[in-house]
Amino acid sequence: MPVNAELAGRSYPPTPPYLVGREKVREFARAVLATSPLSLDPLAARAAGYSDVVAPPTFAVVVQEHTLAQLLSDPDAGIDFSRVVHGDQRFSFTRPIVAGDELTATLTVTSVKTLGGHSMVTAESAIVDSAGLHVVTATSTLVVRGEE
Amino acid sequence: MSAPTKVGLSVGDVVAEQSYHLTRDTLVRYAGASGDFNPIHYRDDVATSVGLDGVLAHGMLTMGLAVQPVVDWLGGDSGKVLDYQVRFTRPVLVDAQGGADVSVVAKVGVVDDDGARIDLTVTFHGETVLGKAQVRVALS
Repeated sequence: MPVNAELAGRSYPPTPPYLVGREKVREFARAVLATSPLSLDPLAARAAGYSDVVAPPTFAVVVQEHTLAQLLSDPDAGIDFSRVVHGDQRFSFTRPIVAGDELTATLTVTSVKTLGGHSMVTAESAIVDSAGLHVVTATSTLVVRGEE
Repeated sequence: MSAPTKVGLSVGDVVAEQSYHLTRDTLVRYAGASGDFNPIHYRDDVATSVGLDGVLAHGMLTMGLAVQPVVDWLGGDSGKVLDYQVRFTRPVLVDAQGGADVSVVAKVGVVDDDGARIDLTVTFHGETVLGKAQVRVALS
């Protein structure tokens, strides 16, 4: 089952709002071995000018994941998940994610390339807050290994 | 912790260095926190059945910890991270008993109007595991 070459440019519906919980931020911070008090202690975060604990930069992947699930479960995309390898990843921030944020993500496939039997699918997930303002864009390139 | 400034910052300066010891517990904790329950990150039988040498760390765990020395250098303020990108080039195999040691060296790559680009060298067993690992940071 090859990757659909017409996939580039396709967007998926915005994901349901994801409410960023304080304990989730702390749990994620500990999991990536973060030690910053701004991610762990609401008082330290407030003293630094934030309304609550600040998520580590890669926390955005938790929200992005819901958009990648849309792409991978779309039969018309033709992406065989068992052949997918994560090629690269990028986060471009307007501001950091803070506990209390209600985030919605919209994925757009920006390119599909074929290289030596493999397909490289690049997808951008724009993550916005409840006011519709941009927070971060998470971009992944998925390498889909060709059939042997 | 006070935030650094561009003053006196030169290309090539090492701004942070840190080593991390990963164990299988670290991977299970990351699986739970991130929601990535791919069994290649905690089951040897599944990992070897798909042709891997053993259980691997999540690439996103390696990416996640590799930026932490930079966040600490920024006074703990991840809000100063404007952009962060990596390429996943080699797996980090996490031995069931011995775990894995990953080291991070963060160097100034560029100093510009907005701040700086910090380049990360992330190694496991002496080989780099992330390519083009760059963090754009805001500095006054």
